[in-house]
Amino acid sequence: MLRDTNRYFKFDWVTIILFLLLVGFGWLNILSASHTGSTINYFDLSEPFGKQLIFIFLTLLLIIVLLAFDAKFYERFSSIIYIISMLSLVGLFIFGKNVNGATSWYGIGSFTIQPSEFAKAATALAVAKYISDLNTDIKTLKDQLRLFIIILLPALLVLLQNDTGSTVVYGAFFFVLYREGLPRIYLITGAFVVILSILALKFGAIATTAIATLAVLLCRFLIKLKLTILQSIVIICASIALSFSVQFFYKSILKPHQQDRISLWLRLEKDPKKLEAMKRTFAYNLNESEKAISSGGFTGRGFLEGTRTTGKFVPEQHTDYIFSTVGEEWGFIGSASVVILFVLLLLRILHLAELQKSQFSRVYGYSVAAIIFIHFLINIGMVMGLIPTIGIPLPMFSYGGSGLWAFTILIFIFIKLDSNRINEW
Amino acid sequence: MRQLLLLVLIILCGFTFIGRLFYLQIYKGNSNDLFEDNALRKVWDYPKRGFVYDRNGKLLVGNQPSYDVMVIPREVGEFNIDEFCALLKISRETYDKKLERARRYSPRLASPFVPQLSKEDYAVLQEKMRKFEGFYIQKRPLRKYETTIGANVLGDIGEVNNRDIQRDSYYQMGDLKGKQGVEASYEETLRGVKGIKFIQKDRFNRDIGAYKGGKFDTIPEQGKDITITIDADLQAYGELLMENKRGGVIAIEPSSGEILAMVAAPTYDPNILVGRERSKNFTKLYNDSIAKPLFNRSLQGVYEPGSPFKLMNALIALQEDVITPEEKVTCYAGYKYGNRFMKCHCYRGRRNNMITGIQESCNAYFATTYRRILDKTGSASEGIDTWSNHAQSFGLGNFLNNDLYVGQKGRIPNRAYYKRIYPKTFYATYTISNAIGQGEVATTPIQLANMAAAIANRGHYYTPHVIKNIKGESLPENFTTPKYTTINKEHFEPVIEGMHAVYKNGTAKFLNVKDIDICGKTGTVENFAIIDSVKTQLTDHSIFLAFAPKDNPKIAIAVFVENGYWGSRFAGKVASLMIEKHIKGHITRTDLEEWLLKHSLENEYAKPYSGEPFNINGKTQLQIIEEQDYYRLKRKLNRLNKSTN
Repeated sequence: MLRDTNRYFKFDWVTIILFLLLVGFGWLNILSASHTGSTINYFDLSEPFGKQLIFIFLTLLLIIVLLAFDAKFYERFSSIIYIISMLSLVGLFIFGKNVNGATSWYGIGSFTIQPSEFAKAATALAVAKYISDLNTDIKTLKDQLRLFIIILLPALLVLLQNDTGSTVVYGAFFFVLYREGLPRIYLITGAFVVILSILALKFGAIATTAIATLAVLLCRFLIKLKLTILQSIVIICASIALSFSVQFFYKSILKPHQQDRISLWLRLEKDPKKLEAMKRTFAYNLNESEKAISSGGFTGRGFLEGTRTTGKFVPEQHTDYIFSTVGEEWGFIGSASVVILFVLLLLRILHLAELQKSQFSRVYGYSVAAIIFIHFLINIGMVMGLIPTIGIPLPMFSYGGSGLWAFTILIFIFIKLDSNRINEW
Repeated sequence: MRQLLLLVLIILCGFTFIGRLFYLQIYKGNSNDLFEDNALRKVWDYPKRGFVYDRNGKLLVGNQPSYDVMVIPREVGEFNIDEFCALLKISRETYDKKLERARRYSPRLASPFVPQLSKEDYAVLQEKMRKFEGFYIQKRPLRKYETTIGANVLGDIGEVNNRDIQRDSYYQMGDLKGKQGVEASYEETLRGVKGIKFIQKDRFNRDIGAYKGGKFDTIPEQGKDITITIDADLQAYGELLMENKRGGVIAIEPSSGEILAMVAAPTYDPNILVGRERSKNFTKLYNDSIAKPLFNRSLQGVYEPGSPFKLMNALIALQEDVITPEEKVTCYAGYKYGNRFMKCHCYRGRRNNMITGIQESCNAYFATTYRRILDKTGSASEGIDTWSNHAQSFGLGNFLNNDLYVGQKGRIPNRAYYKRIYPKTFYATYTISNAIGQGEVATTPIQLANMAAAIANRGHYYTPHVIKNIKGESLPENFTTPKYTTINKEHFEPVIEGMHAVYKNGTAKFLNVKDIDICGKTGTVENFAIIDSVKTQLTDHSIFLAFAPKDNPKIAIAVFVENGYWGSRFAGKVASLMIEKHIKGHITRTDLEEWLLKHSLENEYAKPYSGEPFNINGKTQLQIIEEQDYYRLKRKLNRLNKSTN
């Protein structure tokens, strides 16, 4: 009896409760965003909220199954899971169903399934497995390259299926690799590239080059950073090359709608008429979602009371833009609470990950936190107009079975691994 | 160190998001006011404005629907403006100008864009309205007058202005509100309460149904019908008699204080203040600074009352016991005080008691009584206060506190008033003109009519009012409780006898109406105007005050005819005819009627503006109206007689 309770309580209930809170609150908002008419039949399977209720029910079963497996199972079979997952992505090129321009779904009857959602968990397992291998040394270029392949393979596959949003998520693994010892130069270079790119787009290539040169000279002579002349020249040349290539990338490779998203985000467009036109066309979602959030005020309109939600002013509100419903109906109190719940969940997972004794569990836990963080950052950032529009769901919140199950798998595998911590010596 | 990167980023991200939320929702956030929400269409439902009936149940004012195109500037979307302008029959410049004006008023509140569409335009526009985002059609009731009389009584409704909106948040731009007359004084009764429907829009500006199933909608509360005390026939008759004259007529039922007729001449047809022509016509009326048709002479015209005020002095003298009805006062064709002399029409040496004094309107008699009142205690200052208090108990010198939208206080001077003029010494003779209703006393026709009612009632009056009945409400106590004067009941009889004698063999003996015992008093009031900064005397005002019958009076009336010369010349005739009309329902003194219709004072009114020297009073000749005008008035009279029978 005592052993049973022990087993029962060794799962991290804080994480489970945070997860359930987010799922439950998410469903209320899906209900709000998708119901039509004044009477609500909660099990109406023709409506998103009805379907989501089924998904949530199935999720509970899934959790039991996930926790029933032996913790070692996940480590042992991680490679196979990864391979199956990759095959399912490749299979999309043949059997995939095109929805909204992305070939990311398998259609089974009226339900569809999105393998790219599950691929994140599979990749996390594979990365954890590879790093935790005793023969792996992340400081070596060979192992770094292999890891990059493991990560970039699914990223590339989803990119080819036109699912840019999911591709970006694989950037999350950078945090994992860095934590596990990836040389600092990657971080510096990465930050450098991101900052320079933004500057180049905002202020043009020449101004950016000048800034970069100045920065390098300042570092060399004022801060007395140990930069050789050659290093300095290389950095400056790289900046110049980067600045120009970013411009080229932006103008020639990005699709017009992507250009517009960035242009709006960086406020590159100055012509007020064009801006107004943008607001009425592609930036419509963003504009409406910001208005919906604003109209919530401090306390919100109240559950099912949001006029913009009821009037379906925000397209895709029950999926990617679900946070605008929270904003309108639950106000600052509700939205800030959601943000805090996410932050608590992330910090909890991170904390647990650091407690792990097995490297596999730690890397996996770290991956879970990083993946959820990227979703959280991009989705809510986008809905509030802080980040250019990238279509990815808000974990546990957005409508969709694949997404919900994928995050369930992601989190509960880690809960299972964590519960086994005591046995790892 | 490496563990910290993601941790820091997560926390940083959390703070950034909460900061952004704070900016969006609290700093920039909207209130939860449904009215502010542009995802909801607000449809105002204007109730029926209450009807106005006359005392005999005749409908005077009803409603007709009107359609206004309204705009909410910040919600104006993109559409074919030229098509919209064509439908509204306005030019593109007008469109821009109107939109700009609406935006200046408020970008988020509705303003009228094109008011009062014709029915045809409305029919065409209604179908296409959805295309023109930010605009909508508002239906509201407009007045429909079933009569052409009583403009000054009924008043009118017009668009609210910014001040109205600030004062009462019920109103919004484009709403209509009573501006004058009973429309203004019974605005809240008549207007009802408008209802609102919140309609959920979708992002294509389509209506998708009632917001929250209509939970927040309110249904309009219909305006209440009111019955006013005016007798439409008597009013119409009074207005007809006063054509081509200026002045005011007020007739009151003494037993209730109900105003039977309230004529202000010149007047206008209330129908001209309805519809799209309203503002043009109103401006025209407003700018007529000579005839002043919007100036309600029966309520706002402050005149020296003249001889009818002698009745007041007689009453005060009796109450103060300074004279008896029988005492005779010798008239020297005037009254000498100090080295000054006040003329009188009486022959030299005539001895008048109170009754003949009133009958002949003897100045000497009333100068004597007035001096006695003031000098009773030996202090004229004390005397003037006593005198003033008695007069004020008749409702003179103050607002009557009634339900009429405009009014004037008039003036009954007292000690404080004269203290300012004569700071050192004060004697009764300084103010001797008050004895004959001139000098500092001033009254409005309604105050004088009320005084007549108080005399008719032998000592009390009911506040004159125009409301007879509001559906489902009782009248305020102020209108149903008698107000007692400070004069004892028995003192009224000699005065009434005197007034009766005026008709029997006094100044109004030619105005008698068969079978009706009328009590009256004539008045002829000197008046002056400033012409080119010279004080110039004009022809006297003709004033008359009467009630009838002598016992159990049914009507008390005051008539002012500006520059009509002596009292019985114009005012007396009007009063007699109105009395006969009210009591008998038909006219036997058609000779008086004929005379009034035929004669005009327009040439008299033109004199001060002619820029030429002119004669007054006895040296003037009466103007007879053109034949076609006469026939027009005759036809009006015939129609009136027909509708009465």
